[in-house]
Amino acid sequence: MSTISKKDVDYVAGLAQLHLSDAETNRLVEEMGTILEYIEQLNELDTSGVEPMMHALEVTNIFREDEVTPSLDRDAALAVAPLHDGEYYLVPKILDNGDGGSA
Amino acid sequence: MQYEAVIGMEVHVEINTKSKIFCGCSTNFHAPPNTNVCPICLGMPGVMPVLNREMVNKSIAAGLALNCTISRWSKMDRKNYFYPDQSKNYQISQYDLPLCLGGWLEIEVNGGPKRIGITRAHMEEDTARNVHTLGGGRSGVDFNRCGMPLLEIVTEPDIRSADEAYAYLTELKQILQYLDVSDCNMEEGSLRAEANISVRPVGTTSFGTKTEVKNVASFSGVQKAIEFEIKRQIKTLNEGGAVMQETRGWDADRGITFTQRQKESAHDYRYFPEPDLVPIVVDAAWEQGVAESLPELPQARRARFAKDYGLSAYDAQVITASQDYADYFETVARSGADPKQAANWMMGDLQALLVDAKQEIQDGLITPSHLSNMLKLIEDGTISGKIAKDVLADMFASGKQPEAIVREKGLLQISDSAALEGIVRRILADNPKQTAEFRAGKEQVLGFFVGQIMKATQGKANPKLVNDILRRELGA
Repeated sequence: MSTISKKDVDYVAGLAQLHLSDAETNRLVEEMGTILEYIEQLNELDTSGVEPMMHALEVTNIFREDEVTPSLDRDAALAVAPLHDGEYYLVPKILDNGDGGSA
Repeated sequence: MQYEAVIGMEVHVEINTKSKIFCGCSTNFHAPPNTNVCPICLGMPGVMPVLNREMVNKSIAAGLALNCTISRWSKMDRKNYFYPDQSKNYQISQYDLPLCLGGWLEIEVNGGPKRIGITRAHMEEDTARNVHTLGGGRSGVDFNRCGMPLLEIVTEPDIRSADEAYAYLTELKQILQYLDVSDCNMEEGSLRAEANISVRPVGTTSFGTKTEVKNVASFSGVQKAIEFEIKRQIKTLNEGGAVMQETRGWDADRGITFTQRQKESAHDYRYFPEPDLVPIVVDAAWEQGVAESLPELPQARRARFAKDYGLSAYDAQVITASQDYADYFETVARSGADPKQAANWMMGDLQALLVDAKQEIQDGLITPSHLSNMLKLIEDGTISGKIAKDVLADMFASGKQPEAIVREKGLLQISDSAALEGIVRRILADNPKQTAEFRAGKEQVLGFFVGQIMKATQGKANPKLVNDILRRELGA
């Protein structure tokens, strides 16, 4: 049984930076629970002796050679952004918390 | 209570491919902001990233040099998080099946070897660079760095001191430079080091709470930050406090670490397999091909230089600091010049000239043949070591071969006994007081006479001959 709690939904919503109303949360508790139950059916299968599948595609080793190809014209690259200064994409000031992203 | 430090390092190196990891944009660091960008590295929806083969080759090379097992089967994953250093809200990285696993790197600790375990090395894309100096309540984002090929190298918590961390970083950088897989330029961010530091009572095996120090601009900065952090944690514990799990920055001016971000909860990156990129299968033939292309690595070269050329451990270390330097030395040594002398001149007078002129050895006018020829002139007594210093300076400035300089400037060493005898007798006659002192047993006066004779011959007198004649004339 894999019913999902309100706490689980709040947690996932937090990670996705979503603010949910109580009604939305309650609906998601139900819907996500149903989805998980559906997936749960897979556990009925006996998979002992079956190689784990790491990727949906059977293909492997698709590479490109290390060659430089033309980049976008900067004006064109910046034009699609809500805000830029001709050089940089502009975002609300980042309060540098030392995270520097994940890398 | 006695504490010991437990340190693990995470190092990100930008691999020096010509194009980015998943697209054909240039990796040139010096390009103006947002000029090396395309829909793929900008993270536009619907694009198809394709892995750069050379990135895999270079990562395998690094993995092999770090004694890792190369995974027969590995894959790329999505690491999900929100931060304006990438636009698609995930970074393409490797999670549970990284390319390189379980290796080690040997460092020198108190004159003995110590192995630092390498947990893993995995491929990922670098993120965009954020610029906080634009003002107007805005930050800028430069996507030139986004999609640069990164290899993240993670150690086991095997490091026990700031000095060991420094030795690890130095050795790692040297290996990567020998492999020509990265410039390892900290100023340009092509090598970034983070340290996870905790302390625990000596004799215990569980880990204390760790802090993470990142964004340090130099190896010596990392060393100092770790030193500070170890002391700070021990002091905190001794005063009955608790170390908080957090990310700390390093203030180089004040010499302290400071809280940057407290970890309220562990990150949950919800990794999952990257559906746009297919698995990477490195078979034995591929791995073997890369293994055969590996150059001699620093440690092996140091050992060989010590053994074959009789260099001291220290000299071998200095001479092999860079591949160019080591190649230069080896060319000189193989040409028949005395290796020990070659090393001395390279590390001494030649190095001083290079440092003054801000030149690298391979770029200067003194080629290995220049140095080798000069050493032979010293060895066969054509010039003295003292005169050789002038010859070296002349070669450095003019690029002329030493024989030509000696000929043009009349620097031939005086090895004519009769000529030197005359000079020696004159000097002795001119200095009766010192002569008497020597005969009374004051050996040091000999140095005074040698100096006088060198002065009289503009340094061209054969020192050994001068010594012999002096002793004979003085009846010693």
